[in-house]
Amino acid sequence: MSELSVDHLLGIKYLDKKDIALIFETADHFKEVINRSIKKVPTLRDTTIANIFFENSTRTRLSFELAEKRLSADVVNFSASQSSVKKGETLIDTVNNILSMKVDMVVMRHPNPGAGIFLSKHVDASIINAGDGAHEHPTQALLDSYSIREKLGDIRGKNVVIVGDILHSRVALSNIFALKLQGANVKVCGPKTLIPKHIESLGVKVETNLRKALEWCDVANMLRVQNERMDISYFPSTREYTQQFGVNKQLLNSLDKQIVIMHPGPINRGVEITSDVADSDQSIILEQVENGVAIRMAVMYLLAAKK
Amino acid sequence: METTGLFYIPFILKNCLLLYPTETVAQQMSQKVLLTSKEINIILHRLACQLLENHLDFSNTALIGIQPRGVYLAERLAKILREDYKVKNIELGFLDITFYRDDFGRGEKTLKANTTKIDFLVEDKNVVIIDDVLYTGRSIRAALTAIQSFGRPSDIELLTLIDRRFSRHLPIQPNYRGRQVDAINEEKVKVMWQENDGKDIVYLVSK
Repeated sequence: MSELSVDHLLGIKYLDKKDIALIFETADHFKEVINRSIKKVPTLRDTTIANIFFENSTRTRLSFELAEKRLSADVVNFSASQSSVKKGETLIDTVNNILSMKVDMVVMRHPNPGAGIFLSKHVDASIINAGDGAHEHPTQALLDSYSIREKLGDIRGKNVVIVGDILHSRVALSNIFALKLQGANVKVCGPKTLIPKHIESLGVKVETNLRKALEWCDVANMLRVQNERMDISYFPSTREYTQQFGVNKQLLNSLDKQIVIMHPGPINRGVEITSDVADSDQSIILEQVENGVAIRMAVMYLLAAKK
Repeated sequence: METTGLFYIPFILKNCLLLYPTETVAQQMSQKVLLTSKEINIILHRLACQLLENHLDFSNTALIGIQPRGVYLAERLAKILREDYKVKNIELGFLDITFYRDDFGRGEKTLKANTTKIDFLVEDKNVVIIDDVLYTGRSIRAALTAIQSFGRPSDIELLTLIDRRFSRHLPIQPNYRGRQVDAINEEKVKVMWQENDGKDIVYLVSK
């Protein structure tokens, strides 16, 4: 089939295997486009897209904006800090006001889990979730899987460990859904306080020893410790976290195989990952960023085609 | 006289069908052979010669097959030029026009993209756009836009195997044509290639 099964991209949970395969195939073509000297196609020239960010972001927002511009869409940007949200306007009112200016698609990041789902039920536009609280961040998971597929050829049967702050991470949850859907084996690794209870029910295994996890895996996705979301202390000190769960070159070299290192960014250099690892040839961190634009172009293309 | 002429039309059509044996392909009443494998081969050689006449050694020429079906034709012509006319270094590329079409979001189905493979710049080159059937001209319009992403060609020509001449929506005409066909809009021209469909044949299908 050449059509997505969904009208909005709210989470990986709502996608099926065929959707992901279609997004990847389409992204392959867009990746070729963004590597030309002229990186733009006129496809969405009659589509207007609003980027609504109620939470800070640089990479995701930039990546979405670039993807929109390379598809020739008209783009409006909105961030909550400079808006009427501060004056007490509700989410539906804010978005409906934007939509009455004839906007076709909304890319939204919001601190509350489920904000995108809520919005999709009340407004008449395609919604793309660019992160909702600690719930999902589907385009990040798609670009992560796409990068693994590009590096290792296939995702089926690969061992992937997600290391770090699983509890506060929407990237972790979306990645677990995406990887399991494509037949990978997934482990999560981190301090017990940062691993949600019952996470095994998603079909992943918990490993609290980083060395064991790295010895098992083909790919390690290193997550950032989200200090801004931590209302209580989850581990004694950053230094202790780094000693237990930080990846350095020495540790990587002591493994008997070359594993792939990923990071969704922003990196806290020297905390979850040292600089020499982040900049090594085992790391595909910058490829992830490049693929992010292609994946987002594919998602917007496929959603716009459904209208 | 006129009445007599009209009377004979069904008879003539029936005879035409009988005159064109369709070999092993299951004969449907609504499917008529426009070109046989032998005719296609002759036409391909003629088109190759016409290209040679205008482009000589192809040193500044790029052949661009339009995805998906123009690619077979482009490959076939390149092969004839290479093997039968000893032309060296033919630059051959494949162009996908999906993202440049003007009916995005207007048709019923999502358009599935194909691979674009042009690993050279078309800057200042003589580009020959190659497609199997020229119908409304909209695909070629899209191709003219798409090719600009790879540079500014010195000139662009169009080669098609089948030219449905009375169906154009845009002022686009081929420089090289295999066969001109007067088909009505309800009819469809189906070009099959050995590489993909098992045999070279062109059908006129009525819906």
